[in-house]
Amino acid sequence: MAGAATAKPDCLAAKDLLGIEPLSRDEIQLVLETADTLSDVARHPIKKVPALRGRTMVNLFYEASTRTRTSFELAAVRLSADVVNISVQTSSVVKGETLLDTARTLEAMSVDFIVMRHGSSGAPHTLARNLKASVINAGDGQHEHPTQALLDLYTVRQKLGGIEGKTITLVGDILHSRVARSNLIAFTKMGAKVRFCGPPTLLSDDFSTLGAEVHHDLKTALAGADVIYVLRLQFERHRMGLMPSVKAYTQRYAITPERVKWAKSDALIMHPGPMNRGVEIAHEVADAPRSVIVDQVANGVAVRMAVLYLLEAGRTKRAAAAGGAS
Amino acid sequence: MSAGGNGRATAPGGILIRRGRVIDPASGVDGEMDVKIENGKVAQTGANLDPGGCSVVEAKGLVVAPGFVDIHVHLREPGQEGEETIATGTRAAALGGVTALVAMPNTVPPLDTPAMIAYVLSRAAQDGVVRVYPAGCISHERKGEVMADLAGLREAGAVVFTDDGNSVMNALLVRRAMTNARLLATPYAEHAEDEHLVDAGVMHEGRVSLKLGLAGRSTLAEDVIVARDLILAEAAGAHLHVMHVTSKRSLEMIREAKARKVTVTCEATPHHLVLTDEAVGEFDTAAKVYPPLRSEEHRRALVAGVKDGTVDAIVSDHAPHGPLEKEVEFAQAATGMVGLETMLPLVLEVLVRPGEIGLPDLVRLLSTSPARILRLPGGTLAPGSPADLSIFDPEAAWTVDPRTMASKSRNTPFAGRKVRGRVVHTIVAGRPVVRDGALV
Repeated sequence: MAGAATAKPDCLAAKDLLGIEPLSRDEIQLVLETADTLSDVARHPIKKVPALRGRTMVNLFYEASTRTRTSFELAAVRLSADVVNISVQTSSVVKGETLLDTARTLEAMSVDFIVMRHGSSGAPHTLARNLKASVINAGDGQHEHPTQALLDLYTVRQKLGGIEGKTITLVGDILHSRVARSNLIAFTKMGAKVRFCGPPTLLSDDFSTLGAEVHHDLKTALAGADVIYVLRLQFERHRMGLMPSVKAYTQRYAITPERVKWAKSDALIMHPGPMNRGVEIAHEVADAPRSVIVDQVANGVAVRMAVLYLLEAGRTKRAAAAGGAS
Repeated sequence: MSAGGNGRATAPGGILIRRGRVIDPASGVDGEMDVKIENGKVAQTGANLDPGGCSVVEAKGLVVAPGFVDIHVHLREPGQEGEETIATGTRAAALGGVTALVAMPNTVPPLDTPAMIAYVLSRAAQDGVVRVYPAGCISHERKGEVMADLAGLREAGAVVFTDDGNSVMNALLVRRAMTNARLLATPYAEHAEDEHLVDAGVMHEGRVSLKLGLAGRSTLAEDVIVARDLILAEAAGAHLHVMHVTSKRSLEMIREAKARKVTVTCEATPHHLVLTDEAVGEFDTAAKVYPPLRSEEHRRALVAGVKDGTVDAIVSDHAPHGPLEKEVEFAQAATGMVGLETMLPLVLEVLVRPGEIGLPDLVRLLSTSPARILRLPGGTLAPGSPADLSIFDPEAAWTVDPRTMASKSRNTPFAGRKVRGRVVHTIVAGRPVVRDGALV
């Protein structure tokens, strides 16, 4: 028992991946290392391993998404799982079925993994509490998007050789961003410093209570930064009075070639996509050699394979333990 | 229980409650003595009273208090009988030591006409086991647009006017309603949250809402309405009652207004005194309530407000909801929690045991003062008063188990909590409603 506390994990302990918050530093490290191994699969002539053969994964997307859904689907397929995609347009959600009933219906069909994106913060938690299937949060409201943060960690580690001691500056609409929240927790856990930068309406000073350095001035926010992480700007925010105008925003916060110079000379440019080119990020910056936006997408598949693989390992372990106990 | 509710039939036999610690702040009594009840009224208090023909209740080690008067309860009848009824809600009240309650008017349809008030009173006379006093709406259909027939509501039996659940957002309507309430000698009560400032918020705006990515409801929303209402009530000469106050700044404003002799009272709930926004945890909808559970800073300010007398009354804001409305996404979940059956142990835990206030203060907050605020009978054990009593063991330990509640709903964030303090006997109009901790 005493050894168990210090031993390195060999799976994800929890049934679900609902956020970065519940993960330990060792578990995050394990995901990154497992992704290293699994990233080779994409380079094999046959891009498949049998780890999840006979398992079923459902992509349950209540919000439109191309890259995340496709990324999860490819990850599952490369692990030999069967995948079913359900999007809001074709589901019975429009008929007024509750989230829980939808989930129970899926469970009745013996689904093993449910990858869920939902516009309401905490929706996957409601699901996970009531189901035996593993729930993977693919973005819930303004709360978390854990696999995005894991692939961002992976990309920074890959490009900069490590995460510890680095400074990550996230710029834009922090308030409404689940990517910002998950990345704050993820990079902080791995020993990096996280700065948030944006207008006060989209970045309240209270974020400092969560461990972020809060900046409203871009120049000071970028000084010494190893990573410039640009968030997508939602145009409707200015209609809600959350910024005076889109122009007023871009004048202060758009990442242009000149402003990139405020950060370290080898700073990475990241963006979770999809980009508004010419709004929060200039063309030249998005396509610059230091931009790793395409690498983020590529790494997403390997990291999601690692997550599925490690959740399955946890499921197997728990099943064995339950079997041994009875 | 034909003799419940407000319409009482035959007078029950006499009861002598012996050697309890009798606490009646209204008559300055606190000591071990007997209470004699005859003809539904308190006949006498004193040492070693002669039982005569009375049945005797031994109360040694128990507190004998005027029955609790909970001036903020949602009974859900009419319209949402799946969540609560007058029958189940008043039984939950009795188990919590509450002998009189004020039923909020946000029913379906709302209590915005004299006929609706009369309906609730007649249902209460039939099904209720404690006294039920309805509140009447301020505005027609609770829409905040057209004033309800306040005089008619009062004549029918409404004891307070409120659109509880929402603030009245039109300041002119507030001003006129307050001025009419003054004429009718009836308090104007506000659920103080500016609907524009709360926007789409679903929990307290602060560290936890930022962490969970849930839209926040700022204390500013409460402060702005409390400030507005204090200004308007002072000008109108009306009695303003601020419901479930939660914000530090609002408490400061109320304290300042009281010092200037403005007629303002306010109430606090056990859940706002005991819990903070941390109780939302991993999106626990049982902790979703409006106004929301606040941060520790505001919670402490509320405890301090109780201690220094700024807070006049403690109320449950008992708000039953079924699982269909709670087992959903946090943002979509219904707001409120049941509270009648857990009110006493929670306030003992947060106020009395840490020494913030004494038991007599607690009785003042639960009985004396709420009765006075709404000019209701009861709230005292002075001879001639209605024989409404709550007899409780302040030390009895138990564990909150929603499955054993008398309320039809189970939505409590306190499930599994180990608490101390339990109602042993509840007497309404001289008739035992709860005996030895169980409904009669």
